[in-house]
Amino acid sequence: MWLALFQIVIFPGFLFLGALSLVFEYVDRKLYARMQNRIGPPWYQPLADIVKLLSKETIVPCDADSHLFGAIPVFALAATCAAFLYIPIWSINSLMPFDSDLIVVLYFLTIPTLTYFLAGWFSSSLFAELGAIRAMTQLFAYEVPLYMALLGPALLAGTWSISGITAFYHQNPALLLVNIPALLVSIVTAQGKLERAPFDIPDAETEIVGGTFTEYSGRLLAMFKMTLNTELVVVAALISAIFFPLFIGGSAVVGFLLFLVKLLVVVFLLTLMRAALARFRMDQMVNFCWKVLAPVALAQILIDLIVKGALL
Amino acid sequence: MEKDNRIMIPLGPQHPALEEPESFNLLLEGERIAAASVLIGYNHRGMEKAAESRTYVQNIYLLERICGICSHSHSTCYVQTVEALAGAEVPRRALYLRALIGELERIHSHLLWLGIAGHEIGFLSLFMYAWRDREIVMDTLEMLTGNRINYGMNAIGGVRRDITPEQAQKVLEAVDALQARTEYYEKAVLGEETVAQRLIGVGKLLKEDALRLDAAGPVLRASGVARDIRKDDPNGIYPELDFNVITDTHADVFGRTVVRVLELMESYKMIRQIIQQMPEGPIAVKVPARIPAGEAFMRYEAPRGEDVHYTRSNGTDKPDRVKVRAPTLANSAAIAHMLEGGYLADAPIVIAAIDPCFSCTDRSVRVVDARSGEEKLFDWEGLRKYSVAWYAKQGVDLSAASMRLRGD
Amino acid sequence: MKTTGKMVPMLLNMLTKKSDTVLYPAVQAQVPDKFRGALKFQNDRCVGCKLCMRVCPANAITIEKVADKQFKAIVHLDKCLYCGQCVDSCNKDALENTQNFELASGDKSSLTREI
Repeated sequence: MWLALFQIVIFPGFLFLGALSLVFEYVDRKLYARMQNRIGPPWYQPLADIVKLLSKETIVPCDADSHLFGAIPVFALAATCAAFLYIPIWSINSLMPFDSDLIVVLYFLTIPTLTYFLAGWFSSSLFAELGAIRAMTQLFAYEVPLYMALLGPALLAGTWSISGITAFYHQNPALLLVNIPALLVSIVTAQGKLERAPFDIPDAETEIVGGTFTEYSGRLLAMFKMTLNTELVVVAALISAIFFPLFIGGSAVVGFLLFLVKLLVVVFLLTLMRAALARFRMDQMVNFCWKVLAPVALAQILIDLIVKGALL
Repeated sequence: MEKDNRIMIPLGPQHPALEEPESFNLLLEGERIAAASVLIGYNHRGMEKAAESRTYVQNIYLLERICGICSHSHSTCYVQTVEALAGAEVPRRALYLRALIGELERIHSHLLWLGIAGHEIGFLSLFMYAWRDREIVMDTLEMLTGNRINYGMNAIGGVRRDITPEQAQKVLEAVDALQARTEYYEKAVLGEETVAQRLIGVGKLLKEDALRLDAAGPVLRASGVARDIRKDDPNGIYPELDFNVITDTHADVFGRTVVRVLELMESYKMIRQIIQQMPEGPIAVKVPARIPAGEAFMRYEAPRGEDVHYTRSNGTDKPDRVKVRAPTLANSAAIAHMLEGGYLADAPIVIAAIDPCFSCTDRSVRVVDARSGEEKLFDWEGLRKYSVAWYAKQGVDLSAASMRLRGD
Repeated sequence: MKTTGKMVPMLLNMLTKKSDTVLYPAVQAQVPDKFRGALKFQNDRCVGCKLCMRVCPANAITIEKVADKQFKAIVHLDKCLYCGQCVDSCNKDALENTQNFELASGDKSSLTREI
C-alpha cells in the first residue's frame, strides 16, 4: 500500500508529473522562441511563474460562487494527474493497467475542457463567458476525430487497454505503419485539445482578453497553468504510447530515456505547428475538423478493420 | 417582449487588441456582430490649442509628437504650410532629404503594421519577424536623424541635418536587406493558407462604400481606388520619382495587406532613386520668425493616408490657428460599416487593418443633438465651462480638483 | 496556390542561427555618432543671450547669471525633448548633445541639474 502511495504521489505520479511538465513547458517555450529568432526564457522560468502565482493574492469576483470557483481548478489538475497513471512510461505496462483503460484516460482528459467551460461560466464576466462557450464549441469539433484516431490502432490491436495496445505493437512493429494517418490526425487534434495555435480560440488574447481564465488569479490560476502543462505531457505520452511504442521491454532506465526522447519529438512537432500557423476562426475550425479530419480518421478505422481481417 | 439573446461586448478603451485607447461597442448575436458603434476622443491632448501659444519653430516639435509612427508626416505637412505662408523657396536637396526620411518612415510604419496584423490573427511568428526587421529601419533612421522616432529632421525652410556619402551607402545596404526580407513575406505570408483564411472576405469595403465613407490611404487603395497624394497633389520632389500607386481589388483585409506589402517594395525603389538623384546644395533657407498674415492648406501622404494641415497666421511669430485632420479620422467612419455582419473573432483584425492611430485622430469636438439635429461647435473654453456646469448639476464640484492640479 | 505551413523552413532554419536579441543592459547599447542625448554646456562660451530659453519647446533650460559675464545652465532632464533646437540656435556653440541616454532616476528632483 505504501509503495502504491509513493508511486501515485511522488514517482511517477503527481510530483514527478509536475516536474516533467515544467521541463516540457520550458522546452516548448524555448523552441518557440528560437524559431522566432529570440532568446527565450531561462530553464527555471516555468517554475518561477508557478511560484510567483502561488504567492499572489487570489481574487474571487463577488458575483461568482466562491466554492465552485475554487474547486474547479482542483478537479482539472486531479483529472490530468489521474490520467497519467494509466499510460506506459518505461515498460509495456503502465502503473496500474486494467482492461479498457484507454476509455478511462480519454474521459479523464475531457474533464479539463469541461472545467474550462465551468470556470468561464461561473466567473460572471462577459469575456470569460465567451471563452467558456468557445471552449465547449471547440470540444465538439476536435473530440470526435481525436477519439476515432485513437480508436483505429486499438481496433487493430484488439484491446482497449493502453498497455495491451503497447504490448501488441511491440510484438508486431511493422503494423505501426498502418496507423500513420491516425498519427497525423491525432497530432493535429491534440493541438486542439491543448488549446494551442492554430486552435487557441478559447484563449484568444486579442479578442476576448483572457478567455476562460480572465477572472482567475493567484493559486487558482497556478493550478490551471499546471493543468495545461500536465495535459501537454499526458497527451504527448498517450500519442507516443499508442503510435510508436518502440524499443521498450528492455531495461527500465533505457525505456525511460526513450520515453523522454519520444516526448521531445511530439512536443517539437506541436511547437512547430504553434509557430508556423495563424489562429483559426471558430467556424473554420469546426469545418476543418468535421470535413477533413473526421473522414481521415474514419478511413483509418476502415483500413485497420481490413488489415485485422487480413491478419486473422 | 421577446428575450433579447444579444449581448453588448465592449472592445476598449483598454484591450489587448488595441494599441491606443478607443472604444467600440459591439452588439453580438452568438459570434456575429449585429451592430457596432465607434467612440473616440480618449487621446485628446489639446495639441491644436497648445500650438497657438508656441512659436512656429517650437510647433515643429509639438506637432511632430502628435504621433510616433507618422511623426515626420505631420512635421513635414505643417512645415509646408508655414513655408507657403512665408513664401520661402526650399532648396532641392532639402526636399530630397525630406522625401528620404518620409519613405523610410513609411517602411517603418508598414513593417510595424505587418507585425500587429500577425499578432491580431494569432500568428506570432510573423509579429516577431516583422518587428525584428523593423529594427533595421529604426537603426538607419537613428543614424541619419539622431532619434528612432520623432526625428526632428524638419526646420522651417529646409532640413536640419545633411547626409554623408557613407550614410547614404549604409541606407542602400539596409534597403537591400529589407527588400530580401519583404520578398520572403510576400511568399510566406501572402501565400499562407491559414493567413488567407483569416484575412480574405473579412472587413469588406466595396468601392462605392469606400468613396461614400471617405476612406483614405491603403484602405481606399485596397478597394480599387487609385488615390495617392504623392501622385494627385504632390509636394516636394515626388513628381521627379518613378513609382506606382498600388491598388488591389480584394476590398478586404487581405487586400489591405497586399497593398501595404507592395507599397514597401515601391518605397525601396523610391529610396534608391532619391539617393541616386540627390543634388548638391544647401539644406535650408533662412525664414524670418514673423510670418506674414494668411492661410495655408497642405496635404501629405502619410503611411495611413491623406494627412491635412491648415495654418492661419497673423503676422506675429505664433500661429493664429492650426488644424490637423489625420487619416485615421477619415477611416473611423468606415470601421462600423466593416464590423457589422462580421464575426467577433474578426473584430481586432478589421480594426487593425485600417492601421489606426488614434493619437493622430482625436481633435476638437463637434456636438450634434440627436433629437433636435442642431449642431454646436465647442471650443476649448466653452467645452470646459459646459462640463463644469453639467457636473455641478449632478453634485460634483470640480473646481477644487483643478486648483490642486495647477499647483504643480 | 496557397498551401499551409509556408513558414516552416524559415522557422527550422532559425533554430540553427544565433538569436537577434541584444542583451541590453548586460551588453552596452550601440548609439550612432550624431545621436541626440543629454545636453552638455560650456560656460566659457555662453554670453547670456538666452536664445536657447526662447526657442525651447518645453521650457527645459534656464540660463542664470552667477557673476559678470559668467552664466550657468540648469536643465530639466524630464522636460527636455532632446530635439537639439537649443544646440542649433546657439550662436556661440555653447551647447551640444552628448550620447548619454541612460538618464533614468528614481528621484524626480535629481533630474533638474546644472550642466
